[in-house]
Amino acid sequence: MGIFLFSLLAILCVGGVLGLILSRNQAHSALFLVLAFASLGGLFGLLDAPFIAAVQIIIYAGAIMVLFIFVIMMINLEQGIAPERKRWTLGLSAVLAVFLLIELGLAVHGTLGALGRTGGESIGDPKELGRLLFTDYLYPFEITSVLIIAALVGAIVLVKKKEKE
Amino acid sequence: MIPVSYFFGLSIVLFVLGIIAFFIKRDLITMFMAIEVMLNAANLAFIALAKAAGSPAGQVIVFFIITVAAAEAAVGLAIILLVFRQKKSIKAEDMRLLKG
Repeated sequence: MGIFLFSLLAILCVGGVLGLILSRNQAHSALFLVLAFASLGGLFGLLDAPFIAAVQIIIYAGAIMVLFIFVIMMINLEQGIAPERKRWTLGLSAVLAVFLLIELGLAVHGTLGALGRTGGESIGDPKELGRLLFTDYLYPFEITSVLIIAALVGAIVLVKKKEKE
Repeated sequence: MIPVSYFFGLSIVLFVLGIIAFFIKRDLITMFMAIEVMLNAANLAFIALAKAAGSPAGQVIVFFIITVAAAEAAVGLAIILLVFRQKKSIKAEDMRLLKG
């Protein structure tokens, strides 16, 4: 049962990212990415992280992708999307990507066997995560809040239209 | 009972796909989405390793990565909008002010 669910979600996730690559339309790309992120949320759930799974679906598949789609609607290109790069660069990038995949696989090859299996005791308890956030990780938590305020103010200042004097 | 290494392998595949998307695509918004794919691949690796180590610390890190990604998306999309207003284009090759 678990392995079936994993394969389904993995195929949906990789298919979503492939759809992002192959689609010419930015809005379609964004929707494919929503699919990929939602199935990634399911994968987090399989890994005993129910809180992170919920956060992934609400913040990533919800909020961030809505932001992307808003910007795509605001930009609204008249001449359409530019065609992809030249053929030989596509081939070259595919070959290099396969090499990178092999290289990353070799790099982690030794540790893969030692990772064990899912199941057993639960570790992603929201209560435990909340306790960790407000005790061991209190400083990173506060710094993140400062970062978010800075990003918010920065985004508003950047996009605001200058008033005519 | 799924081996955790499957999840780790999936995260590697997702990361490589994100890199491919970043280099193949020409418009800034889709390149930005490719960055999000790479961030999520890193998240999956973190959660898989948290499961393998039996400690929730990896999940806390993922929580921080998601908040930083949200901040990054807000600022990045604001910059893309600004570039579009000035250049009327979001193609990556049109951004060559520093090229001289």
